[in-house]
Amino acid sequence: MPDLAIEVEHLVKTYAGMTAVNDITFNVAKGEILGFLGPNGAGKSTTMRILTGYLPATAGTVRICGLPVATQAEEVKRRIGYMPENNPLPDDMRVSEYLYFRGRLKEIPRRKLSPRIDEVLELCDLKRVRHKIIGKLSKGFRQRVGIAEAVLAEPPVIIMDEPTIGLDPHQILIVRDLIASLRGRMTVIISSHILPEIEMTCDRVLIINGGRVVAQGTPDALRREILGRCTYVLELAGDPAALGPILMGIEPSLRITSVSEPDANGYRAIALTTERSDELGEALLRALTADNTFRLRALSRARPTLEDVFLAATRRSWDVKSEDLKNAQK
Amino acid sequence: MKHFPTILSHEIRMLLVSPSTYIATVLFLGFMGTIFTRILEEYSVPQETSPAYTFFQLFFIPVFFMVPLLTMKCLAEERRLGTIETLLTTPVSTTEVVLGKYSAAYFVYILLWGSTSGFFYILHRFAGDARFLDRGPLIGGYAFIAVSGLLFVALGVLASSLSRNQAVAFVLAFTMLFGVIIGLGFLPGLQALNTELLRPLKSAIEYAQVTQHLDDFTRGVIDTRQLLFYLSGTILTLIFSIFTVEAKLLHS
Repeated sequence: MPDLAIEVEHLVKTYAGMTAVNDITFNVAKGEILGFLGPNGAGKSTTMRILTGYLPATAGTVRICGLPVATQAEEVKRRIGYMPENNPLPDDMRVSEYLYFRGRLKEIPRRKLSPRIDEVLELCDLKRVRHKIIGKLSKGFRQRVGIAEAVLAEPPVIIMDEPTIGLDPHQILIVRDLIASLRGRMTVIISSHILPEIEMTCDRVLIINGGRVVAQGTPDALRREILGRCTYVLELAGDPAALGPILMGIEPSLRITSVSEPDANGYRAIALTTERSDELGEALLRALTADNTFRLRALSRARPTLEDVFLAATRRSWDVKSEDLKNAQK
Repeated sequence: MKHFPTILSHEIRMLLVSPSTYIATVLFLGFMGTIFTRILEEYSVPQETSPAYTFFQLFFIPVFFMVPLLTMKCLAEERRLGTIETLLTTPVSTTEVVLGKYSAAYFVYILLWGSTSGFFYILHRFAGDARFLDRGPLIGGYAFIAVSGLLFVALGVLASSLSRNQAVAFVLAFTMLFGVIIGLGFLPGLQALNTELLRPLKSAIEYAQVTQHLDDFTRGVIDTRQLLFYLSGTILTLIFSIFTVEAKLLHS
């Protein structure tokens, strides 16, 4: 187990009767970048706050670098760089002053601190504003000051709650490169609503909803698990019920997942999924054009985005919950 | 307590760039300067009481606005901005944070009172006559300010920990100070306290008369019971402040 940077087991947090985090278990290996996804109020920020030792958990254990957060909070805090939600910063300090103060609190020796601050300012492209007052900086700069502060002490674990919120595409690129440059050296957990962002930077994704983990794995694995391997969309005129036997002939795992209402010309959009990951487009095209009962207008292979995975995973957990509710009512 | 010096120097620096500190300074020095001018006029004919007594007699008026102005920001602003979260996720304890902020406010409080000693220095320099200045009551007066200031500033910090709004913290601190300095003075007069059962309470309150303490100090009487009153009050108030900060974290 020495290669695990973060171990979370059966974590529960309740606030005044409301359960924010409900039995979450996950591990993060050293040097891994984990993306944390979930709708608003899913318990992302609460989980992150518990990981940093800021909030105590109601039940369960959290270990950072092998140290339990509940009993050795101070040691754990030395190993963590944390950027909270909305990135709170004091308004009346200069950027370099702020970093100096934070560096001293994080126990960086005085001698090493100034060169390290220069390094971090360079890394986050903040050199131009180092003597500016934080309260007068634009959102993008403030966000980068927060990131600079999180990586300042070179902690083994970095936790960032929505680091790219409010940044323009150019700045997002800088932050993405910055996070990518930490890969292998530091363990990073980031939460975000910008899904392509997570997909591009993270090795692994954890989707939580209603305080529970609903899916986890690499973006590719999640796609396979939740949406099937591959999705095709056809625009077809004809009887959808007759489509089944033809599909069976092409590939047994092909299934119709959705059929739309016919439009003015009688065409329907039909979505298919399959377990096979290799190309079936040509076979489909050949079989359907050979059959005279169908008129095919378009065929496309859809590559599901993480967004689809996210929507499907969170919807799935809602379904589970509403079924629970119905069972309870009976 | 490793981080105490870092937080202390940071907080002093923040107080020295804060506008409310300068508002407090101007109001305070203006008020004390007026009192001093009055002393200069009155004492051109011999008076029965010492000038130091008159000088410190109205000490509570500047305390009422100066202490809240110095302390209202310290914890309320951290919670309003959310910077308390970044502060407490570094290896710093709540105790260090509260004590650092308290000590910084106390330092500035003493610095402001200390600057009034300039008035007496000028008088001493230009009057050229030691008779005008009785050193004993003056030292006693400043000692009283230093000791009672411990409690007053702690009350301000407690008020700031209770709210995330600076204005509410100001009013709360003002009210608490008013209660301790003026309110306690009225309590012994209450008829309800004269019953046999409440007699010990009444005698306890009679010890806790801030204006009486001032009289004793300026007469050169330094009573350990009074020192204990301020010290224990300060420690209790600071413990409450630390608990308040931690309790608000749990329910944030």
